[in-house]
Amino acid sequence: MSDWLEATFALHRPRALAALTRFFRDIDMAEEAFAEACLKALTVWPKDGAPRDPLAWLLTTARNSGLDHVRKSQRRAAILSRHADEFQPLPAETPDPDEMRDDVLRLLFICCHPGLDRQDQIAIALRVVLGLSVEEIASGFLVKPKTMEQRITRAKKKISLSPVAFETPSPAERGARLGEVSLMVYLMFSEGWSTSAGPTQIKLTLCEEAIRLARLLAALFPAMGEQAALLALLLFQHARRDARVDPEGKLVALDDQDRSLWNRTDIAEATGLLQKAQRTGHHGVYIIQAAIASTHARAASDRDTDWASIESHYAALYALQPTPVVRLNQIAAQAKLHGPHHALKEMEPLAQELSTYRWFHAMRGGLLQDTGDHRAAIAAFETVMALGPTALERIAIREKIAICQEKLRRV
Amino acid sequence: MIYAITIYGEPGVFEALPKDRQDEVMSGHGALQSALTDRGEFVSMKLMPPTSAVMVEPSRVEGAAPLITDGPFAETKENFLGFYAADFKDLDEALEYAKMISSPVARLEVRPVAWAGGVISSE
Repeated sequence: MSDWLEATFALHRPRALAALTRFFRDIDMAEEAFAEACLKALTVWPKDGAPRDPLAWLLTTARNSGLDHVRKSQRRAAILSRHADEFQPLPAETPDPDEMRDDVLRLLFICCHPGLDRQDQIAIALRVVLGLSVEEIASGFLVKPKTMEQRITRAKKKISLSPVAFETPSPAERGARLGEVSLMVYLMFSEGWSTSAGPTQIKLTLCEEAIRLARLLAALFPAMGEQAALLALLLFQHARRDARVDPEGKLVALDDQDRSLWNRTDIAEATGLLQKAQRTGHHGVYIIQAAIASTHARAASDRDTDWASIESHYAALYALQPTPVVRLNQIAAQAKLHGPHHALKEMEPLAQELSTYRWFHAMRGGLLQDTGDHRAAIAAFETVMALGPTALERIAIREKIAICQEKLRRV
Repeated sequence: MIYAITIYGEPGVFEALPKDRQDEVMSGHGALQSALTDRGEFVSMKLMPPTSAVMVEPSRVEGAAPLITDGPFAETKENFLGFYAADFKDLDEALEYAKMISSPVARLEVRPVAWAGGVISSE
């Protein structure tokens, strides 16, 4: 029975924590109160039956148990005196959806504290919003639990020193928060995607949790095409999880993946979400990236891919996000259309800006290999090796170097 | 009589379950599907999460085109998740089959079908 209850708690946690954080003006108190409400639910629900509105039940119980603590605690007397009139026991009622939406967004935005580095932002969101244990988060980031514990404690301290306003945000503020939070979710997925390429096992926790957050945002902001598109983008990519590593644990490039291993259910959901997002007529960065991912998902093989469409999507993305990395991706699509010589020439202006970006050198190595210049290809691959690739990338690059050396020996 | 077994639940609870619990729920569906296959034609569908939905609502202005909106959805509320439909001998038999997919993540409703048409499969 407790598994079903745990699943319900996990589902409601982000909304509950968000509302409780606003209520108590304190994340730690919100976490404690929610934990106590869940504990109570574990004994009450199996006996009396689950409530019709579990979120309202959890919120009411958590508020009241938190208030009990406030009243009993000398340490928190100051908070009580400041908010005495607000701290009244409340009846179980369905939270107002607009208020809830701003609460969840605020809580996520609090996690995106500008004084924290990106990994710590992600870690704190996983801990507070999604309720992952410190051990789970530590293994997602491939660090020791002790280290992660200290990082989370430090991050929480920083957050408490510069509070985010609890008033209803203006539309512009809401938009800015949504942009920041979406980026954090996107990077949480990317972090999971790269650390999941660890030597021993695939760790997809971060990817799955990022998808949970993207789902939450898409549910809270149903009219925002970008939120549906972000979820679509992550699902398109996640659909490839079983194909990107072979049975020996080696990374498989997109070109060489066995597409029958792509998860069709994820692709179908992503396709539906993208079509919905495209109806908005808005061309945001996630809609464009999801459109690129869907072009890959539709193609039966690398050769059947509509590279012209992908190239034009990257051109549109570059207009919104003129970064060298986006440009590099556009050139990668051009390489498929116009060949390696053209692409190598187009890459030259990026060389300085992307000198420490290992995908630049990996791509350059691959293109040089295609032109038959194996000596230069080896040099490019060795640059990748010097830029700290993951263990799986290292294996793949070593193999490429070996192939080039073999070609040189034969000449 | 054709009966529909409709499934209601909170979207996301199933996904939040540990793998072995999910398998438990799915084995009930597997059993129902193979039992229904053995006895003839049936239809079954699982809907995607409500976030993927678009609404077509009648316009309040007479004669105007219907409105297409993206929500809002009460995602944390009980929601229509999917259904089975098949020709059963009687209500008792339909209920016996429905019991095969009963689990704490869903409430089931067994209701006679007034009209049915078309055959479709996503396979």
